Amino acid sequence: MKFTFIPELFRQLFSKPYTNLFPVKYAPASIKETLEKVEKGEIKITPPVEIPDKETFRGKIQYDREKCIGCRLCIKVCPAKAIEFKEEEKKIRIYVGRCIFCGQCVEICPKNALSQGEEFLMADTNKVNENWIVE
Amino acid sequence: MKYEIPIGPIHPALKEPILLQLTVEGEEIKDVDVIASQNHRGIEWIGMNRNNPVQSIYIAERICGICNISHPAAVILAVEEAMNMDVPDRAQYIRVIQCELERIHSHLLWAGVAAHEIGFDSLLHYTWKVREKVMDILELVNGNRVTKAIMMYGGVRRDIKKEHIPKIKKMLEYYKEGFDKLAKFFLEDKTIEMRTRNVGILTKEDALKLGAIGPTARASGVKKDVRQDQPYFAYPDFDVKAITPDMFTGEVVGDTYDRIVVRLLEVKQSVEIIERALDELPSGDILAEPKLVKLLMDLKKAEGEGVGRHEAPRGEVIHYVKLKKDFEPFFSWKVRAPTYSNIMSWIPMLKGCQIADVPIVAASIDPCISCTNRVIRINNDGKREIIGGDELHRLSVKKTKRLLEGGS
Repeated sequence: MKFTFIPELFRQLFSKPYTNLFPVKYAPASIKETLEKVEKGEIKITPPVEIPDKETFRGKIQYDREKCIGCRLCIKVCPAKAIEFKEEEKKIRIYVGRCIFCGQCVEICPKNALSQGEEFLMADTNKVNENWIVE
Repeated sequence: MKYEIPIGPIHPALKEPILLQLTVEGEEIKDVDVIASQNHRGIEWIGMNRNNPVQSIYIAERICGICNISHPAAVILAVEEAMNMDVPDRAQYIRVIQCELERIHSHLLWAGVAAHEIGFDSLLHYTWKVREKVMDILELVNGNRVTKAIMMYGGVRRDIKKEHIPKIKKMLEYYKEGFDKLAKFFLEDKTIEMRTRNVGILTKEDALKLGAIGPTARASGVKKDVRQDQPYFAYPDFDVKAITPDMFTGEVVGDTYDRIVVRLLEVKQSVEIIERALDELPSGDILAEPKLVKLLMDLKKAEGEGVGRHEAPRGEVIHYVKLKKDFEPFFSWKVRAPTYSNIMSWIPMLKGCQIADVPIVAASIDPCISCTNRVIRINNDGKREIIGGDELHRLSVKKTKRLLEGGS
């Protein structure tokens, strides 16, 4: 019986960090200023981790208004009740804040009006922000 | 001098709400009482009242975040039994692969938590680093890391793509090579041996008497595994054998150490099953009824009842479903999560331990406490009766009045 983990600990001292890198190495004094500088191209940030497979990835829902025929099938199967029907226009409105990204509506849509994109970084403090309502 | 120490409902040693009432004499635990049902979520109620069966798959997925294949697997098994549905072979194989991927990630997650509970955090980080490989594969194959949304009545929703298979095989190689290293860290390390050997012993008799299931029972030498006893999906082709610790150490003690042994060996077993399943993956359809609208109609017309039994990473999960004609939601839905059967084994395990052993012993059954708390609906002369908030408040006011008047 011995401490078998100790050699691994020493090995880890000299290996690269396994975790994904943060956008910047140290927390900046002002996030706003940093973002402005990034826009101008003065500094570079570590890009987000790439999506492994864009075909299978289930990101933010995308809605093609023109294709939609207002059949309400998506509303019927949505487990989170994230989809609302707009009576006058016969179109739908999706609240991404409630969406659970299961893709069931995409599967049932007879006209392929719905699809799932690549966007997944959508954290916000405002429940009804524009970014979270797809219509 | 005896003292009573309550641990929970909210306590740093427990990740989820449950109350352990310990009677201690000095450091030694003399008696234990477990008080469950501290958290009620009403999931079955939603399945029986608000959701149609397709929506219920996703609510089942959210009964437990870690067993998010196991609960849908059990619910679809139950519904398929009720509807007499035939599932294509390819779908059955994909289901097996998904279930085993889940077992790998769940057991590694547990191993990390166990290391954390005894204060061995560097091993926790190492184990979870190893676990990341399977999570990457889950993301690649399913489109996201945690809730995979892949189960569907009569098959699976997404196929395994050809170009993903080499990547999955690479991951399996990684685990095969890494297994010996992981086993060395967990099973030969002095720290883990000191804290887990002869701690929290559950004898074979107690395990049988208390109806323990899953790795908890197998670590006590009970050869019990749904994949072996009542194979479902494509498991009959794989001839799975229940793993007991004597396969590795040569003896069965039934302590926390044995539970680590069983879980690590199961990771190895899962890797072998996935490898075979990928090699023997039959071609064909992945859904018995590809038209979802028609499936929903069929589900509405169906009548019957079924029981789904699935070997989740924590043990056997059972779902009972009853379907009634022209009644869209499940007419009846009962979930029995594995922790429900295992929770009572805490009592013989904890007796004689020290208070400091509570976190590791409690964690050793891999408890999923919020999953176990279920709805109890009272039938009054066959009529459905649901007590709402107002009614409860009225009863409460009544009791206060009664107490004020000197009643009980």
